[in-house]
Amino acid sequence: MGHSAPRIATVEGIADEIGALLGSMLVETVDHADELSFTVVREDLANAMVALRDMAHYQQLMEIAGVDYPDRAERFEVCYHLLSVTRNHRIRVKVSTDENMPVPTVTHIWPVAGWLEREVFDMYGVVFEGNTDLRRILTDYGFKGHPQRKDFPLTGYVEMWYSEEDKRVVYKPVKLAQDFRSFDFMSPWEGAQYVLPGDEKAGQAPGAPTPAPAPPPPPAAPKGDAKGDTPKTTEKTSDTGAGAPADAKAADKSPDAPVKPEHHTDEGKGAAKPEDKA
Amino acid sequence: MADYLDELDHRTDAADPAYGDTEIQNYTINFGPQHPAAHGVLRLVMELDGEIVERCDPHVGLLHRGTEKLIEYKTYLQALPYFDRLDYCSPLGMEHSYVLAVEKLLNLEVPLRAQYLRVFFAELTRICNHMLNLGSHVMDVGAMTPNLWLFEIREDCLNFFERASGARMHAAYFRPGGVHQDVPLKLLTDIADWLDTRLPRLFEDAMSLVVDNRIFKQRNVDIAVVSKEDALKWGFSGPMIRGSGIPWDIRKAQPYDVYDRMDFDVPVGTNFDCYDRFMVRVEEVRQSARIMKQCLNEMPEGPVASFDRKVVPPKRGEMKRSMEALIHHFKLYTEGFHVPAGEVYVATESPKGEFGVYLVADGSNKPYRCKIRPTAFSHLQAMDFMMKGHMLADTTAVLGAMDIVFGECDR
Repeated sequence: MGHSAPRIATVEGIADEIGALLGSMLVETVDHADELSFTVVREDLANAMVALRDMAHYQQLMEIAGVDYPDRAERFEVCYHLLSVTRNHRIRVKVSTDENMPVPTVTHIWPVAGWLEREVFDMYGVVFEGNTDLRRILTDYGFKGHPQRKDFPLTGYVEMWYSEEDKRVVYKPVKLAQDFRSFDFMSPWEGAQYVLPGDEKAGQAPGAPTPAPAPPPPPAAPKGDAKGDTPKTTEKTSDTGAGAPADAKAADKSPDAPVKPEHHTDEGKGAAKPEDKA
Repeated sequence: MADYLDELDHRTDAADPAYGDTEIQNYTINFGPQHPAAHGVLRLVMELDGEIVERCDPHVGLLHRGTEKLIEYKTYLQALPYFDRLDYCSPLGMEHSYVLAVEKLLNLEVPLRAQYLRVFFAELTRICNHMLNLGSHVMDVGAMTPNLWLFEIREDCLNFFERASGARMHAAYFRPGGVHQDVPLKLLTDIADWLDTRLPRLFEDAMSLVVDNRIFKQRNVDIAVVSKEDALKWGFSGPMIRGSGIPWDIRKAQPYDVYDRMDFDVPVGTNFDCYDRFMVRVEEVRQSARIMKQCLNEMPEGPVASFDRKVVPPKRGEMKRSMEALIHHFKLYTEGFHVPAGEVYVATESPKGEFGVYLVADGSNKPYRCKIRPTAFSHLQAMDFMMKGHMLADTTAVLGAMDIVFGECDR
């Protein structure tokens, strides 16, 4: 039976139909997980969308999503999710672009694209040619940078707070008390990028490598007591480095001093602890 | 006196125009960001001609928390609680889209009882959400009492969530592969009692005060009429598109989990105004109760999560006895599961409309990209054309009928 995600009716031959409709505008068709993706030529996007809306009856534009692939020549992908309420079908149309190449707007086809394009512009810096209202939308007034790009740090660059001295909100470079904790969960057998402790020789050719020359023995300590070479001992309390007792009561050794009851760990207790409920 | 008489007679000196001859500038006001009827942090910059709204520019993003960016740095399981915090009025509806997207990428089969439980609690979430929306809509246009009664129901719902998951609002109850825990039988019987007695009594009482009320109708009928064509063009979904007369419901059209076994009706509007949107939600509450009763009747016994141990962690009791389970438990709660590369767009019928998750996986244990499609984004954008020519006081009715929550809109 498989997954229980929304079961979208399969329309027979829909990929061929749309392929024929788009003709030379189509670059690539991908059919993955019962979802069709059509990559189209960037310059022809608006024409392709008009054809899809009017000829193929995809009436609704539900979503425009940007994705950043920094390794590609054209690093950004803009994905348009279309829905047909009459055919009960969804498709995805993609174009790729980079920081400078503008994508034609679809606001004249679907007015809902206005904010969706603004969001992609805000998050990725993709420019939409023909969108007359291309302002930032989700980020702060006067924000700099495009936060969803993969090279934008999670913490951002700027932090803000209300300053009691200035009586206003101030913006300052971000300073963190603790670094972001990112753990590497890759198994060491599946391509960890670092050398495991004790594995330093793993890359060497098999067989017994020439043993490294033994390090010269440390110079024997002279028998006589020479200054600076005495082994570290703690014979007196002053040697411990703890300093003078800070608490007067702790120094009081008189028998009538209050004796704190000692805590004993009850060994039986650990075993008798009730087991966690599942 | 001669000047005054001249002025009354519109004989004025062009160099020194009197009051009434100057061109009156339109008045621009800020609605929000801190306004009790803005349902959160919405700033509307409105241009008024007298009391008529000429232009309306919503400024959103004041609650932007970078959820999508954060999710890229979390494992698939750690990303789940962020969805509760998107639309904090209907948390399980948000989780539903996400877990289905992950399961679709994994092609993971979910046991039948888990599917029933999900549908059951998703519908309870719908009731819970509509209680808040209907109540606040009514209150925004001037009635106090129904809101207090509806909050009684909402309180009951939150208590049920707490008994199922341990949390009143941010349940994190749906997990990839099923639900987190089975529910006690007493909870199901209590909800069944509640559906039969308390919910209809409180809800119908509250609605009887509103639906035929003259003041309520005057404030809502013929306000912000949206035609079918406009609803399609502006990307409406959920009660908004049904209020515009298009019978589109993802639960019916593209059923997920066990919605295809459920028998329920999809209400649509006939006048396409705010009153219709309100009434669509009122009827949806009744239909949700109907679905929940069917779930209670048909729900089978059985496991509540998949037994695929590479995705779903074993229960704690099993972990204490089995070495294998211990390893799986440790690995799944630290590293998490890996999802094969691919991309899916999964949309479900959340109480507010189509809530979609576009998930791009690169084969690792973290999503490469998780784009969240909020319902409020397209609805709020249409505010400009819906408000054009209406009075300032209608703003609250239009906003109330949109059902907007900024946790979800701003992400």
